[in-house]
Amino acid sequence: MCLGVPGKVIAVKDDWIAEVDISGVVIDVGLQFTPEAKVGDYVLVHTGYAMHVMDEAEAMETLKLLEEMGAAAELPDGQIS
Amino acid sequence: MVKYLSEFRNPELAAGILRRLEKVSTRPVSFMEVCGTHTVSISKNGLRQAVPDNIRLLSGPGCPVCVTANADIDRMIAIAAQPDVILTTFGDMIKVPGSYSSLAKEKAAGSDIRIVYSTRDAVKLAQDNPDKRVVFYGVGFETTTPTVAMSILDARQKNVANYSVLSVHKVVPPAMKALLDLGEVTLDGFICPGHVSVVIGTRPYEFIPKDYGIPCVVTGFEPLDILEGVLMLVEQVERGEAKVENAYKRLVTTDGNKIAMETIHRVFEPGDADWRGIGVIPGSGLNIRQEFADFDAARLFAGVEVPPVKEHKGCRCGEVLRGVIYPYDCGLFGKACVPEHPIGPCMVSGEGSCAAYYRYDEKPRTGA
Amino acid sequence: MADDRVLLAHGSGGKVSHRLIDEVFMKVFTDPVLNRQDDAAVVPGGEQLAFTTDSYVVKPIFFPGGDIGKLAVCGTVNDLSMSGAVPKYISAAFVIEEGFAFAELYRVVESMAAAADEAGVAIVTGDTKVVERGSADQIFINTAGVGIMRPGADIAAANLRPGDAVIISGSIGDHGVAVMSTREGLSFRTAIESDCAPLNGLIAAVIDSGADVHALRDPTRGGLASTLNEFAAQSGVVVAIDETQVLVADQVAGACEMLGLDPYQVANEGKVVAVVAAADADKAVAAMRTSPYGREARIIGIVAEAPDGKPRVTLKTTVGTTRILDMLVGEQLPRIC
Ligand code: SF4
Repeated sequence: MCLGVPGKVIAVKDDWIAEVDISGVVIDVGLQFTPEAKVGDYVLVHTGYAMHVMDEAEAMETLKLLEEMGAAAELPDGQIS
Repeated sequence: MVKYLSEFRNPELAAGILRRLEKVSTRPVSFMEVCGTHTVSISKNGLRQAVPDNIRLLSGPGCPVCVTANADIDRMIAIAAQPDVILTTFGDMIKVPGSYSSLAKEKAAGSDIRIVYSTRDAVKLAQDNPDKRVVFYGVGFETTTPTVAMSILDARQKNVANYSVLSVHKVVPPAMKALLDLGEVTLDGFICPGHVSVVIGTRPYEFIPKDYGIPCVVTGFEPLDILEGVLMLVEQVERGEAKVENAYKRLVTTDGNKIAMETIHRVFEPGDADWRGIGVIPGSGLNIRQEFADFDAARLFAGVEVPPVKEHKGCRCGEVLRGVIYPYDCGLFGKACVPEHPIGPCMVSGEGSCAAYYRYDEKPRTGA
Repeated sequence: MADDRVLLAHGSGGKVSHRLIDEVFMKVFTDPVLNRQDDAAVVPGGEQLAFTTDSYVVKPIFFPGGDIGKLAVCGTVNDLSMSGAVPKYISAAFVIEEGFAFAELYRVVESMAAAADEAGVAIVTGDTKVVERGSADQIFINTAGVGIMRPGADIAAANLRPGDAVIISGSIGDHGVAVMSTREGLSFRTAIESDCAPLNGLIAAVIDSGADVHALRDPTRGGLASTLNEFAAQSGVVVAIDETQVLVADQVAGACEMLGLDPYQVANEGKVVAVVAAADADKAVAAMRTSPYGREARIIGIVAEAPDGKPRVTLKTTVGTTRILDMLVGEQLPRIC
């Protein structure tokens, strides 16, 4: 129900506005809900507002987990963990 | 490559999870996604057909546009026709038919209706047009609501007196409860909405496993996120467990975004909301607080006359939204009702279930 | 028509536009040549001629990578080229809003001349109307064009055969995103430029390579999705596309994710989809790549029989599943859901 796209904060301007880069597209994004966001952070952008600062470590963790799940399925005796 | 998206579209990993699903899933299960973005992503990535046959993915009341009652659309159309009004809304809402017309048709007939990308643009439009009354049509769930609340706080702070909001916002967990209480569908799990949960956290779903014994997984919108969510649900079912799990940890926490929640509650108070297909669900709506009455289009335009509601004949949107039938099971699907001449909102909205199934699904699966 | 007013959706290039064309123009202008619904009309004459017309109403009139003038010439040159003709003559008709700045008019007209020059066509006739302020939006341009058919060329949307290769000359969605980036209320900043370009040189290279070309079309409004669906429907076949082979620039992908748009439905103004005999696919790709506008040409799919008699376009997704690639319906709107 709610499109959200990850983008990188490239500048923080006045009035709670940040410039966010979504793979080369730069838009103004409101930081009111994520005052902790700083340049270099990835945020989830929804209708011109940052709704959360992405947790990079968790993203990596999820991908690792997914790899393991797939790998486990390939084992001949792949069991339910 | 969009970082954090492309990694979660990896075909090898997807194949791995699908193999794993084949292995661990032993019995027939039905899972419901209650988010239109999930519905579209599942269809667009062909996942409904890719998962093993014993896993059925049903779509629920997850499209905010589709669940908006005709009466609320009719009211908006009536307000748009008032003198000096500029009606602003997100693109999603434009084509959706009310009882007699749609905003797109009203625009062609002369109403000033503009699409905005952000509520900030609507406030700016009000500042730039001080002699007009700029009304924002606020549709959406918890992800969007904070941004609408923020626009009201912003307008007050900047003294933009000609800005107002018609709130038909809804909150998700009460709708999930209403569906369960109706008892029409047997569910083995909920795929909980990822971006709603960014704001509300995972806690509000806890009553579902606790009171109804149904597993919940919060997950994201990329194919891998969805497959992971389905796998986690299957594993819960196979283990005989029911709890709330989080497969979207890069964005979702237990408590959600506290500032966003506070902003919602600062401006809105819970009220009843009328959901298409379900009816009035107590506590599922958000009304603008008395303190912000000057920005409440419901109060400002209370005198505007709205014609009596008429429902679309033969359309089974209600049952589709409740997950009782698949869109294919509607007799009009793909015949009288197709995206270019839709009968119900589920075929109009970009993320409506009927439109998503019609547009993307290779082979239909019937018999929900 | 089911609607009693013309809606914006009628101009979008998708199904609703098709309905407008079928129910109004095709019904009123019954002509066997027009009925073929190819990009240009092939008419008998001393030689075989191709003849086409198109109106241009882009907003804003100047956008990254082009303007309405360049678009008006390239669009018509491309339509002629798609029917296998060598574009020769162009007409230009202007509807100008009272108060439009001469400086801007010069810019537009010069840009038309430059594009015509590059394409090697002559603008041989024209017309100008000025209307009251508010009756038009700055400037509208209509161009018509005449080209000479290459002998023996038989290129039509109905000519696809099972086994054929589907080729595109480069990335998709650039024009639409470039124009959208400058729209009021949607301002985002991107270095993406419109791909607007005359393609007659590129098409000539493909045909001269000796490749057996069955169909050519430029995926403008409605994007690649509309063109492929038109091909499938007119030839009664399945067009199977492999998403991993379709090139979408990062910035176009980013803008589409952000606005909830599908790059397959976003307009292009300097791309061609070519359907050629399988054996000639590599030859055609190599020929395209000799043109500055075809450096990223590639094979993106194949044509297959429609087993149940239902023509359609299928897409093998990046995750390896298959789905339908449908036409755009109505107008493309940015969405939040
Ligand atoms: S197919 Fe059309 S008529 Fe049937 S439920 Fe869906 S929107 Fe309603």
